[in-house]
Amino acid sequence: MGLTASDLQAIGLTLQVAALTTAILLLLGVPLAWWLARTQSFWRKPVGALVALPLVLPPTVIGFYLLVLMGPQGWVGQWTQALGLGTLPFSFGGLVVGSVIYSTPFMVQPVLNAMQAMGSRPLEVAATLRASPTDRFFNVVLPLCKPGLITGAVMSFAHTVGEFGVVLMVGGNIPGVTRMASVQIYDHVEALEYADAHRLAAVMLGFSFMVLLGLQIWKTEPKGAAA
Amino acid sequence: MKDRCMPTSRPLLKRFTAALLALTPWIAPAETVQVAVAANFAEPIKAIADEWQRASGHTLNATVGATGKLYAQIRNGAPFDVFLAANAQVPETLEAEGLAQPGSRFTYARGQLVLWSANARRVDAQGDVLRRADLGKLAYANPKTAPYGAAAVQLMAALGLTEALTPKLVQGESIGQTYAFVFTGNADVGFVALSQIFKNGQLKSGSMWRPPGNLYAPIEQDAVLLKRGANNPAARAFMQWLKSPEGQTLIRTYGYDI
Repeated sequence: MGLTASDLQAIGLTLQVAALTTAILLLLGVPLAWWLARTQSFWRKPVGALVALPLVLPPTVIGFYLLVLMGPQGWVGQWTQALGLGTLPFSFGGLVVGSVIYSTPFMVQPVLNAMQAMGSRPLEVAATLRASPTDRFFNVVLPLCKPGLITGAVMSFAHTVGEFGVVLMVGGNIPGVTRMASVQIYDHVEALEYADAHRLAAVMLGFSFMVLLGLQIWKTEPKGAAA
Repeated sequence: MKDRCMPTSRPLLKRFTAALLALTPWIAPAETVQVAVAANFAEPIKAIADEWQRASGHTLNATVGATGKLYAQIRNGAPFDVFLAANAQVPETLEAEGLAQPGSRFTYARGQLVLWSANARRVDAQGDVLRRADLGKLAYANPKTAPYGAAAVQLMAALGLTEALTPKLVQGESIGQTYAFVFTGNADVGFVALSQIFKNGQLKSGSMWRPPGNLYAPIEQDAVLLKRGANNPAARAFMQWLKSPEGQTLIRTYGYDI
């Protein structure tokens, strides 16, 4: 294929960050979506807006605030230092934190849509059958919302793979630690290494297309065939 | 209504037109010069723009970035008239490639590489901080695109510290981002340009070490008139002003050796 060793390293790192980000978002985003779907709280709308914020914010805004907040003078930085973790910029952990924030709406929104589409009827039925709230959540809600969960996970993963601004702002471009594929392409272009840029960019393009094509096929498949 | 207004408004209009005509010698030649500026020169170009715009009546728009990045943009048709690079090679290449006006190139500044920390007590006068075991992250600019980054790599090699410092390195996209890494304290220390931390001949904040100039190749920063600016009188005027004693004096206050 002609990818250099550092390209492969960047791809490997990208897949790691994306996988970990997706896993964290499944753990945090699904309960959050559930809360948003069910709560009558005053906070529902502000939290809903907050969750959607990364969709409209420039990545440079997120990157800038992360750099300031996670630095030694920022309150997040002081907190991570007190925990003995050091500061997060220029680290794998910092990239994951940034990616989780950046990809949150891509997980929460499809899951939330699925939960709202489900309605409260299945839960009421389950409740009359004496299913406990946890039982209902794991055995009724999650199976019924499976399409939303899969869409959310795939979109979070793909979106993190394509992330650029946050990585450039807080990453520090360290090979094997924070140099993700998108920044590697940027570096190639800046250094006029267009052939290298082409190869890696083509890989990313192919990957993104395959992911979206896969989602399209899976979504339009008749219900029986998908299960 | 109309009849009453007309006689009074005519002389007014005439006077207004006359005033406008009187101003035209000032307005007519005013042009805009688009300048691509290496990141280390971001601070000086602001002061220079103020000064020069006042003196010449022209307008200066600066685009700041890493030299290599600006070079790539110029090669791809970016609309710049003048390029203030952070080295001599890139302007020379542009000339050889026919993208710059032959013979327009000159050195407008000699850059100084410094080791800087936002912490006032971090960097000692000998730069021994680089040998300390408790040294945190060390920021430098991408050596492929930023001449100050390339100079930092030479310096680390000259000090015999390349291997020891490699695990501590973080890379800024330009010397400007490198400065941001150090300024926010995310990097303990970093290799930046003296012009970024100097104003009116004084260190603005933090602590610094100025390594001896013989430890890295001199950073000769060349200016070049680009093909697009060849017929722009403002671009030519700006190049002239940069060479003038006023221009040179202003540049020197930012710690450049010229």
